[in-house]
Formats: sequence, C-alpha cells, structure tokens
Amino acid sequence: MIYRETGQFKTSYAADQQIFPIRQDRIGIAILLAFAFVVVPLTAGNYWFNAILIPFLIFSLAALGLNILTGYAGQLSLGSAAFMAVGAYAAYNFQVRIEGMPVLLSFILAGLTAAGVGILFGLPSLRIKGFYLAVATLAAQFFIVWCLTKFPYLSNYSASGVISVPNVEILGYTFDTPQSRYLLVLSIVSLMALLAKNMVRSSTGRAWMAVRDMDVAAEVIGIRLMRTKLLAFAISSFYCGVAGALYAFCYLGSVEPDGFSLDLSFKILFMIIVGGVGSILGSFLGAAFILLVPIFLDIVLPWLSELLHLPVDSATVSHMQLMVFGELIMFFLIVEPHGLARLWQIGKEKLRLWPFPH
Amino acid sequence: MARKIGEVILDLRHISLSFGGVKALTDISFDVREHEIRAIIGPNGAGKSSMLNVINGVYRPQQGEIIFQGEHRKDMDTHAAAAAGIARTFQNIALFKGMTVLDNLMTGRNLKMRCNFLQHALWWGPAQREELEHRRKVEEIIDFLEIEHIRKTPVGRLPYGLQKRVELGRALAAEPKMLLLDEPMAGMNVEEKQDMCRFILDVNDQFGTTIVLIEHDMGVVMDISDRVVVLDYGRKIADGTPDEVKNDPEVIAAYLGTQH
Ligand SMILES: Nc1ncnc2c1ncn2[C@@H]1O[C@H](COP(=O)(O)OP(=O)(O)O)[C@@H](O)[C@H]1O
Ligand SMILES: [Mg+2]
Repeated sequence: MIYRETGQFKTSYAADQQIFPIRQDRIGIAILLAFAFVVVPLTAGNYWFNAILIPFLIFSLAALGLNILTGYAGQLSLGSAAFMAVGAYAAYNFQVRIEGMPVLLSFILAGLTAAGVGILFGLPSLRIKGFYLAVATLAAQFFIVWCLTKFPYLSNYSASGVISVPNVEILGYTFDTPQSRYLLVLSIVSLMALLAKNMVRSSTGRAWMAVRDMDVAAEVIGIRLMRTKLLAFAISSFYCGVAGALYAFCYLGSVEPDGFSLDLSFKILFMIIVGGVGSILGSFLGAAFILLVPIFLDIVLPWLSELLHLPVDSATVSHMQLMVFGELIMFFLIVEPHGLARLWQIGKEKLRLWPFPH
Repeated sequence: MARKIGEVILDLRHISLSFGGVKALTDISFDVREHEIRAIIGPNGAGKSSMLNVINGVYRPQQGEIIFQGEHRKDMDTHAAAAAGIARTFQNIALFKGMTVLDNLMTGRNLKMRCNFLQHALWWGPAQREELEHRRKVEEIIDFLEIEHIRKTPVGRLPYGLQKRVELGRALAAEPKMLLLDEPMAGMNVEEKQDMCRFILDVNDQFGTTIVLIEHDMGVVMDISDRVVVLDYGRKIADGTPDEVKNDPEVIAAYLGTQH
C-alpha cells in the first residue's frame, strides 16, 4: 500500500489535470530529475556519459518525435533517421555559414528545417495510409540521404559528405567535457519532453489521437485532417531534427550521411514499439531498452558461454544479439502492443491494490 | 409537451445521391423545424444513413439543395456543418477507441477551443485556463448522462450500450443546435433503450436541441417523434405525424413487403 491514491481526493479539475495526478508519481519524478541533474554528473564516469547516457537521451528524443507522429497521430513513418540527418546537417550549416550564430538558435533552426522537410514528405499522408504511407516515408529516407551525399554544398564541400562539427559554446562556455555535454542534452531533452507532454494532453494531442482512431468521426467534429496530420509531421520532424543536431554536436562530433540509414530509422521504430506506442514515457523506456540490451548481451553471453563451457566467438554473440532482439520485438508486437510503458502501468495498478488483490 | 416547435431550420430540396450505378437517394425533399424531434424510418438499405451523411457533409449529393438556417448550399462540407452546429452519432459506433471517455468528450469541443499548439506546448496560462473551462462543461454532460464512474476509462473497454451513450456525449459536448442520431438504440436491451430515450427527450427539452433520428423500434419512434419521414428504396414514401404515417397504406406495404 505504499503506492496508492486513496485519500488523495481531487478537489478541483486543475488538480486532476496535472501531469502526475498521484503524489507518489510526483515524488518519483522529482527524485529522478534530481538524480539525473545532480547525482549522475557528480558520480558517473566518461564511459557512462559517452557510451550510454548521452546516446540514450538523444535517441529518447528521436523516439519521442516518432511517437508523436506514429503513436499519437497514427501515421507510420520509416524516415526518422533522415529527419535526424536534416537536423544535423542544417545545424552544421547554420553554424559554419553564419558568423556568430548562437548554437542553441541553430538547433532550433535545424528543428524548423526538419519540420519543413517533414511537412513536404507528409503531404502523401493526405491521400494514403498505413503501409503505403510507410513506403512513401521510405522514399524520404533514401532521398534525403542521397541528397546529402550528392550535393557537396550541404556538407560544406567536405570529403564524401562527412561533417565535423565545432565544439558547442554557449555564452562563452565551451561544452568540452562529456559531463557538460550530458547536462546540456539532458536539459534540452527534459524541456522538449515536457512540451510534448503538454501538447498531447491538450486539444492538439486529442486531435492527433482522434485522427488516429477514427478519421471520419474526427472530421465530423470539425477537425481538419490535413492541418492535423501535417502538424504532426512538422512537430515530429522538429523533434527528430533537434535529436539529429544533438547527435552530431553532443554525441559523435562528426557524422556522415550513411550514418542516418534505414537501419537507424528502424531502430527508432523498434524503440517506440518496445517502449510503448502513444506514450511519452514509453519513448524513454524503449530507447533505454534498445540501447542497453546489446550492451547487456555483450556482457552476459560470453559469461554464459564460459559457464556452460560452450565456445562462442564474437560473430556468434552478435548473431545471438540479433535473434534475441527480433524475439523481443515480436513479443511486444504480439503480446503487449503497448510496450513497456503499459507493463509499467499494470505494475503500478497492481501495486495500488497490494496487498489486497481483488 | 412544453417545448415550442419553431421555424424550419433545415430544408432539403430534391436531394439525389448515387454511388456509381446504385441510387441511394432519389429526389428527396423534407424539412426539419427548430426544436422538433424528426424521425427517419424505413427498411434496411432505404437510404436513411445516406440522408444523414448528406446533411452533415460526409456525402455530397449529385442533385438538390440544402438550406440550413437560411443559408443555401449545393452540398455540405463536414467542417462547415460542425461549425454551423450540427453534431452526430454513427450507426456503427465511431468513438476514439484509444482515448478515455473524458478525452472523447473533450474532443467533441474541439471547434470551441481557440489555443494553438504553441500555447498548448507551454500549457501554463491560456491553454490551461481554456482546458479547465471546457472541462467544466464536459463534466456537466458527464453528470447529465450519468457516466461519472467511467470518465477515465478508455472507451474501447466499455460495453456496447455505454459506448453508444458516450458517443451521444461526444456529440452533446459540441453544444449542437442540431443532433443527428443514427440508430442510437440499435442492439440495446430494454433498460438501455429506456435510458437512451430519456436522454434524447431531455436533451430536446432542456437544451432545445433539434433532433433528427433514425430508429427501427417503431414503438420508440411513435412515442418520441414529432414528425416522421419514411424512406423506401431511396424514395420518400410518406411524411407526417406518427399517426398519419402509421396508417399510410404505402408505409404498411413497405414494411409488410420486407417482412414476409
Ligand atoms: N459509401 C457507399 N458506397 C456505395 N454504396 C453505398 C454507400 N453508402 C451507402 N450505399 C448504398 O446506398 C444504399 C442506402 O444505404 P444506407 O443509407 O446505408 O441505408 P440505411 O441506412 O437506410 O440502411 C444501399 O444500397 C447502400 O449499399
Ligand atoms: Mg443505416
């Protein structure tokens, strides 16, 4: 009975409409944020920042972007990585071409550029749905990566489109340690997650979900399908674009067009499938899961093979990884389509009744 | 009844609609007066649902004219219909399955909400104020329909009868002038039908909402409607008060004709 809402009566609709209406959730998120902003920077080592935490946050943001489009607005997309690429290259161009351009502003402009491109490739969604739309977004995926390789201008005439971004500097402070970059990414991602949560809990988000669940009824209510879908494409691409800029500026430092391949798009799609389609929390859980499972298997499989005296080489380990991965994704598609976020919710509901199951 | 039936609010003139070779509606004219309950009856496939779809712009007739509140149109447009105050329910429930009852009803007020997505993203300030204001209105409807206990339940998990009620709630949330109900009681048990009847009458009585209703249960139709249009094979075969229609030989023939 540690986790329960009994006795917490909502005396106003305002209280009922909070992001976390249950007190234990509010305490939980406060502890989590304090931990992420204070404890982690003081204790974690460079490996954690560079190999786990920073990519986790950036992919969470990209997954959040895709979740807005696919999970909330119901428009399947296989082009997330391409929109990340647009963001990365746009931010780079704004930085190198405009003298004195503040880096945060170039991130925002990168997001807006991606949003524009997203609207363009979202236009087919007005005519086609589901599988066919996915194929149309696949065209975006290939076309954008092709453009970045084909037009040297976009990569400032660097060899084979590889761009090396300058260090991030804000108000004279250079983000040159992994720790400082982690804090920058964490701040941006937390803020954008909050903005996304606010959108999905108000009429913007309801319009998306209405279009997803029953488009004729949505139209009859007066929701404009075109505007609603294109807004979802724009905002989703904005999120992916900023994630792409962070990917280049705060994670890798140098990127090439092929780094934003279809593989990466699928990875982001798997994140929302595993984490939870139509859930902000699910975007984070899914990103963590997809990034951590390979690392976990890397450690566990060799250890297991030693334990069982089975010779396993590294090629087998990576094959095993793929198999485990595939099975997990099938599990979530078939058994729990709402992903980890739903499992978390079920867990909480159980806890709410514990120790008196009914 | 205490309520006063007003002027003609909706006038349909010579409406014809066909799908490829199938004539769904042929030269149909009738009108609906303000505050009345107007029933459309007829055998399956008679064109009743198509008629509602023409009224709120889901279908565009090839011929005819629609006059709503004095405005002449060749055909309606869903957005224009919603903006003019026409709301509806569907024969096969068309709720937003993944959303809660509360969110479904809030969505019904979409057109009344003014904030844009940037204000929503920032939330604190105008967006929150607007949300609360509309939440209050939606809670009134939740009370009215006696669905307080399920307000946070995703509608996909509700039984059929309750889903029908929630769909009525979503339409009411728009505070419509005119409500189009496509078989609101189909598939319900007696008790649920009685509840639904009561809600329809109360909506009509308390809010003065004009109601156009498709219903198969003749008892219900005769009880609650002011005037009845009868369609058969896409044509209008009778139009009048329940008593007039009930004794019309053509209506009797149409109904007997489909029952043997
Ligand atoms: N979208 C559509 N496409 C093709 N035919 C349709 C469509 N909607 C209705 N019809 C046809 O129009 C006729 C009338 O249908 P409908 O209006 O649904 O009848 P009712 O509601 O009275 O049972 C039927 O023959 C039906 O097959
Ligand atoms: Mg019908």
